[in-house]
Amino acid sequence: MVVEWLVVVLLLAGTFFMVVAGIGIVRMPDVYLRMSCTSKAATLGSGCLLAAYALQVGDAGIAVRALATAAFLLLTAPVAAHMIGRAAYRLGVPLWAGSCCDELKGAYSPSGDFLQSRRVDETPGPRSSLDRR
Amino acid sequence: MAFLHWILAVLWVALTGQWSLGGLAIGWLFAYGVLWLTHPHGPGTYFARVPRVFRALVVFLWEILLANLRVTYHVFAPLDRMRPGIVAVPLDVQSDAAITMLANAITLTPGTLSLDVASDRQTLYVHGMRIGDPRSFRRDIKRTLEKHVKEVCE
Repeated sequence: MVVEWLVVVLLLAGTFFMVVAGIGIVRMPDVYLRMSCTSKAATLGSGCLLAAYALQVGDAGIAVRALATAAFLLLTAPVAAHMIGRAAYRLGVPLWAGSCCDELKGAYSPSGDFLQSRRVDETPGPRSSLDRR
Repeated sequence: MAFLHWILAVLWVALTGQWSLGGLAIGWLFAYGVLWLTHPHGPGTYFARVPRVFRALVVFLWEILLANLRVTYHVFAPLDRMRPGIVAVPLDVQSDAAITMLANAITLTPGTLSLDVASDRQTLYVHGMRIGDPRSFRRDIKRTLEKHVKEVCE
């Protein structure tokens, strides 16, 4: 009984995050933000669905396979997102007009095969409501 | 040491005949206990690293959960509540494995995307969805993700 409810909750949460990722891909204004949204589907979305499946079947062999699927998704999804984002930047796809800063601007050599480091201000800045935590 | 640990764990599974994830987990724990009793421990040894790996895993999963909720908010909120941008994050970690792990962790966290590593490996360029101030964004990445990647890899 408890397991069944857990499965239901996990399935609903997984589908919810998948749907949100889909809406995000349509709604986000530029390619970089869209790629940021796809990692939702790969992490919590598929994670919850696979966990629900493993719990429902309750067989150790299936559970291991579900775990392996999740692990491989976690290994490969970011590589794809990273390559698409990087290719987009190098092709000159512009950032959304509302972006605050672009510290990568001008860091590539003209031929594109060398990327300069940037000396940055490492003193802690002021806190704002937009900070990650 | 990690190799010996896994050999002992698999041996346990083979001897008890319980070919399941639970059996392997029990074997792994027993093997850890045996190694703990028979090998020296202290800073820099295998026993110092294993708990760090688990701590890093927990921190990382927690970050993913928080980031998911934040991105969910921004997907439905008016677009001008976001402040995306690209920030240069100076790297303390130097090895290939550590940089790969950090870049992967950043991309897996919804709302941040690692774009490229500088040719001299001193800087990682990260696209973020909500950047209050580039300095605090840098500090947050270094304090949470990079700190734990460093602990696992060094």
